[in-house]
Amino acid sequence: MDAFTTPLLAGAATGALLLIAALGLALTFGQMGVINMAHGEFLMAGAYTAYLTQQVVTNTDISILLALPVAFVVAGCLGLLLEVAIIQWMYRRPLDTLLVTVGVSLLLQQLAKDVFGAQGDPVHTPGWLDGNIDVFGYHWPYRQMFTIVLALAALGALGALLRYTAYGRRIRATVQNRDLAETMGVSTRTVDRVTFFVGSGLAGIGGVAVSLISGTNPNLGTSYIISAFLVVVAGGLGQLRGTVIAAFAVGIVTAYLTDWYSSSMAQVVTFGLVVVFLQLRPQGLFTVRTRGLA
Amino acid sequence: MLVLTAALSLSACGGSKSGESSSAESCVDTSGDTIKLGFLNSTSGAMAISEQTVRDSLVMALEEINADGGILGKKIEPVVEDGASDPAVFAEKIEKLLTGDCVAAVFGGWTSASRKAMLPVVEADNGLLFYPVQYEGLEASKNIYYTGATTNQQIIPAMDFLKSEGVKTLFLAGSDYVFPRTANKIIKQYAKELGIEIVGEEYVPLDDDDWTTQVAKIVDAKPDFVFNTINGSSNVGFIKAYYEQGLSPETSPIISVSIAEEEAPAMGKDVTGQYAAWNYFQSVESPTNEAFIKAFKAKYGEDRPTSDPMEAAYTSLYLYKALVEKADSFAVDDINAAADGVTFDAPEGTVTIDGDNHHIAKTGLIGRINSDNQFDVVWSSDEPIEPDPFLEGYPWWDASGE
Repeated sequence: MDAFTTPLLAGAATGALLLIAALGLALTFGQMGVINMAHGEFLMAGAYTAYLTQQVVTNTDISILLALPVAFVVAGCLGLLLEVAIIQWMYRRPLDTLLVTVGVSLLLQQLAKDVFGAQGDPVHTPGWLDGNIDVFGYHWPYRQMFTIVLALAALGALGALLRYTAYGRRIRATVQNRDLAETMGVSTRTVDRVTFFVGSGLAGIGGVAVSLISGTNPNLGTSYIISAFLVVVAGGLGQLRGTVIAAFAVGIVTAYLTDWYSSSMAQVVTFGLVVVFLQLRPQGLFTVRTRGLA
Repeated sequence: MLVLTAALSLSACGGSKSGESSSAESCVDTSGDTIKLGFLNSTSGAMAISEQTVRDSLVMALEEINADGGILGKKIEPVVEDGASDPAVFAEKIEKLLTGDCVAAVFGGWTSASRKAMLPVVEADNGLLFYPVQYEGLEASKNIYYTGATTNQQIIPAMDFLKSEGVKTLFLAGSDYVFPRTANKIIKQYAKELGIEIVGEEYVPLDDDDWTTQVAKIVDAKPDFVFNTINGSSNVGFIKAYYEQGLSPETSPIISVSIAEEEAPAMGKDVTGQYAAWNYFQSVESPTNEAFIKAFKAKYGEDRPTSDPMEAAYTSLYLYKALVEKADSFAVDDINAAADGVTFDAPEGTVTIDGDNHHIAKTGLIGRINSDNQFDVVWSSDEPIEPDPFLEGYPWWDASGE
């Protein structure tokens, strides 16, 4: 039985992490067309925030919860800074944003190395997350459950923001037709900034979850950025439903392949499967239907 | 491209000479009162974590030797380069150091990939490289001195220790690259000889930190011991997943070959009671080690631990000094001719160069981590083990077998 449950549950947790990382990208790439390669470094910023919070608030039971909103704001502000300083000059030039943000990503990694040292810093797991529950022979760590709850909470909050708030309506309007939204009096500049803040902030929250797996290190973001883009593209641009399904699918399929073959093989096969899938369905799982003007 | 660079730089410093091995040799300037040595370590990129510590101890050894009058009366003039954690950069930089800067020897490298990239260059230029890290063996170059352990000085002693502990079942966990794959091949063959059963073998890529699925297999297999050949930050993910799923040193302890004093406190978990196999621990008791630790802490800070690769790097510079002084020459061929039996009273104990394979005899040690993240030595090979990189003295070893 545990040969079945272990990859399913472990994979769901990996999928949840991918989802948090991909939600932000779904906003900035899927909705605004900005390829932000520095998104992984916002994860890293979140992980270092978790570390720093533990240095200030030594009670780890509380500090990890405290780290979540702080990481959201820290990563969000980094994203906002990036948008204001660089990306706002490059809308509708996706290749330029790609190149520039790769540079920013390297810059942030080196900055982390200079500030915190090349050696990673430990992030301690709080007592209430330290342990596991036996699910058909798999000792399912509480930490993995926490990651899934966190991802679903982030998804719920983002979904509510987009659907029920005035800002959400403006974001959706801007995505569907930027020029028309502007003529209706929507300040697309403000919308862009809010979107970037929220998208980057989500990466910060993801970073806190990653720090519980492996502590911090300056290169932490690089291992997630590619998979996160993969998830957004496979899920289809411009909506969240596909991203959610793709994140969990990639996480769980990778976990089963890891269990059957090996970790290296699983990465190769997962990439291969996504490539084949995109050949068959280039628009991804779901697409936003618009009038054929754009 | 590399050939072109090589040709250009050779002609730049070797003048019009077109000879194959003599042109590089002639490039080293021994006429002044200084001698140039190259330090080639990654101070950027993923490996900077580890290689910066090696650079630090090289610099310390250099300052000590210079303060003591230098080598053959010449002060060392260091030329430092960044390998940038990229094997191609290592190959390029060592070419520059040997034929552009004309250094007499190069010290550095960490990953096997970086060493493999430098090997053809240092051989073509007939230069010298001192490599300070334990590795997977199966190599010997007349242009490289290996001051870290080869497998029969680290892996095999670790297996002997496990046997003496009465271990019956063993689980292998490693990063997916040449060192863990080779080490595990040796472990599997020796385990058969010792009657230890291998109950699982898992690999995860170097840049992947999530070990949850693999650790679940360890939980199922319930091995007496886990042999850990994971390298770098992936160790953190492994250790966290191990404790999260309820494993502990009481049930399935871990023996590691890449967790040292520097890494132990960075795991985010209390790793007290876990084991590591090395040839040096900070806890080794000797006057030389006491002086080494004291000097290191005075220079770099009280909180900085000393570890095996750092000690091997420190030792490598002193061994070079001893080699040059015995040969009474900075020429590579003279040094190689004089190499056999050259010794140094290192912090780990007395080490001796084997003139045939250019490795050094070292004592094998097993340490258990205590609550201060230091290692208590629980097993020792008692005397230095002669290096045997090709395991020729081990009849059970079959290089082509599984």
